[in-house]
Amino acid sequence: MTENDKASSRPTVADRSSLAAIEVDHLVKFYKQTRAVDDISFSLPRGSITGLLGGNGAGKTTTIAMIMGLVLPTSGRVRVLGHRMPEESAAVLGRMNFESPYVDMPMRLTVRQNLTVFGKLYAVKNLSDRIAKLADDLDLTDFIDRANGKLSAGQKTRVALAKALINQPELLLLDEPTASLDPDTADWVRAHMERYRKENNATILLASHNMLEVERLCDRIIIMKRGRIEDDDAPEAIMARYNRTTLEEVFLDVARGRVNGVRQEAAR
Amino acid sequence: MSEPPCFARSRSRSPDGAQRNPGGLASGWTFPGLRFAPSRLRGAAMTEVSLHRGISMQRIGAMILRYWYLLMSSWPRLLELLYWPALQVITWGFLQLYIAQNANFFARAGGTLIGAVILWDILFRGQLGFSISFLEEMWARNLGNLMMSPLKPIEFLLSLMVMSLIRLAIGVIPMTLLALFLFHFNVYALGLPLIAFFCNLIFTSWSVGIFVSGLVLRNGLGAESIVWTLMFAIMPLACIYYPVSVLPAWLQYVAWALPPTYVFEGMRALLIENTFRTDLMLDALAINAGLLIASFGAFLALLRSARKHGSLLSSGE
Repeated sequence: MTENDKASSRPTVADRSSLAAIEVDHLVKFYKQTRAVDDISFSLPRGSITGLLGGNGAGKTTTIAMIMGLVLPTSGRVRVLGHRMPEESAAVLGRMNFESPYVDMPMRLTVRQNLTVFGKLYAVKNLSDRIAKLADDLDLTDFIDRANGKLSAGQKTRVALAKALINQPELLLLDEPTASLDPDTADWVRAHMERYRKENNATILLASHNMLEVERLCDRIIIMKRGRIEDDDAPEAIMARYNRTTLEEVFLDVARGRVNGVRQEAAR
Repeated sequence: MSEPPCFARSRSRSPDGAQRNPGGLASGWTFPGLRFAPSRLRGAAMTEVSLHRGISMQRIGAMILRYWYLLMSSWPRLLELLYWPALQVITWGFLQLYIAQNANFFARAGGTLIGAVILWDILFRGQLGFSISFLEEMWARNLGNLMMSPLKPIEFLLSLMVMSLIRLAIGVIPMTLLALFLFHFNVYALGLPLIAFFCNLIFTSWSVGIFVSGLVLRNGLGAESIVWTLMFAIMPLACIYYPVSVLPAWLQYVAWALPPTYVFEGMRALLIENTFRTDLMLDALAINAGLLIASFGAFLALLRSARKHGSLLSSGE
C-alpha cells in the first residue's frame, strides 16, 4: 500500500464529522463579563450515552443550549449529525429532541393534545399509533386526557420524555431527566432510555446531578467546572484515576478543588 | 426523466448516506418558498431543501391546532373575546345616538363614531389576538420546545396571524351584529371598501404584533406591558374619531406615516361624502408592506439577539 493509499484510507475531516453525533470545537460563551463556557472541545460518537457532570453554574446547560442552537456561541464551532449549528439547524432539528427543566409543556392542553401538536410539528407518521405506543411505554395511559397542569411532577417528567421521544430522535439531549422522580420511577425511566438507545442506536447526551444514574447509563463522562472540562473518560477510568469507588466521591473531589492532590495520591 | 428542481421529491437519505426515516417524518413536494406535505405523499424524510427554504403547512396547522385547543380549554378567555368589543360598541353606540339627536353634523354623518369604534377594534383586537397567542408560549415556558422543533420563525408568525383572524372573528362579528340590531348601523353595508379597510388594519396590527413579540422574545415577560399599550400610542395619531386636519401641521406628517390614518379618513369620506378613496387605500397598503417587512426583519434581529444573550432559556421576567 502506498503512502497515498494510506492517506486516502484515513478518515477525512468530513468523514469524522459524519461519524460523530456531536462535535464541539473550542466552544466559548460569554454572558457579558461572565465566562459561562471556556474553550471546550469534545466529540461524541453515534450510539453513545455521555454524561455531562458538574455543579451548578459549571456550564452544562449553556453547552447543551449551544448544541441545540438555542444559544449562540461567542466563538467556536458545533456540529450536530454532521451539520453546523445553528446555521444548518433546519437540517437536523427534525432528527433530534430534548428535555429540560427550563421548559414546560403547555399546562392547559391535555397530554394527548400536547403530543399531537408536537407530533405534527415533527411531521410524525401514524401519529396516533406513535402516541399510543409512547403512552404504553411510559405509562401515560391513565392520564393521557388530563390537562398537563394537573399532573404530578413525576407524571410531567414522563410526559416531557414522551415529547422528547415523539419523533424517535437519533440524538437526544436530556437535562436532569429524572430530577423530580421517585427512585422507582427514575429507575424505570433510566431503563427505558437504555432500551431506547439500544433499539434505535440513538446518541444520548445527559446532564445530571445523579451520580448513580450517570454511572449506570453512561459509557463516557465529561466533568465540567467553571465552564471548563476537568475530565473526560469512561466512568471506570475516571474513578480509577481519582482512586475512588463512586462517581459521587469524584464529583466532590472536583467540586471542592481536591483534584490535583487526589490524582497525585492515586498515582503514588 | 429527472424531476425539475422546483418539484423535487423528498429523499429519505441522511447526510451520512444511511437510509432512514427518523420518527416516520413525512415527505412532501417542494417548490421555492413553499412546502406542502399531503398525507398521501408521506413516507420519506424531508429534504434539506424543503427544510431550509420551504414553509410547511403541516407545521403551521399544528400551531393553529395548539392555539385552538388552548382557546377551547378556557371559557372565561373565550368570553373575554366577546366581552370587550360588545362593551365598546354599546357605550359608543349610545353616545352616537345622543350626539346625533343634538348636532346636525352627526345627524348627517350617521355611523362615523360607531364605524370608527368597530374599525379601531379590528386594529386593536387584531394585534392583541396575535400577541396573546405569542404570550401564551411565554407564560407556558414552551418557547424552548418550539425553537428546538423544526418550526421556523416564519411558520410561527404565520400561525399567529391566522390565530389573530380567528380570535378577531370571535370578538368582532358579534360586535357588528350588536351595532346592527341596537343602533341600525350595518358595517357590512360599506361593501367592498370594508375589505380594503379590514386588510389595511389587519396588516398594521400584524406588523405591531410581530414587533412587540420580538421585544418580548428578547427582553422576557418584563416587556409584556408593551404588548398591551403600544397600540394606544398610535390611537391619537391615527385620527380615529376626528379628521387629520384637526392635528397641528407638523403632527399631520406623523399621522400620515401610519396606515390606520388612511383607513379612518377613508371611512369618513365614505360615510360623509359617499366617496371611496382608492388612493388612500393604496397608500396605506404600500406603507403596510414596508411595515410588515421591517417588523419581520426586527423580529429576526431580536430573535438572534435573544439567542446571543440566552433569553430563550430564561423567558421569565
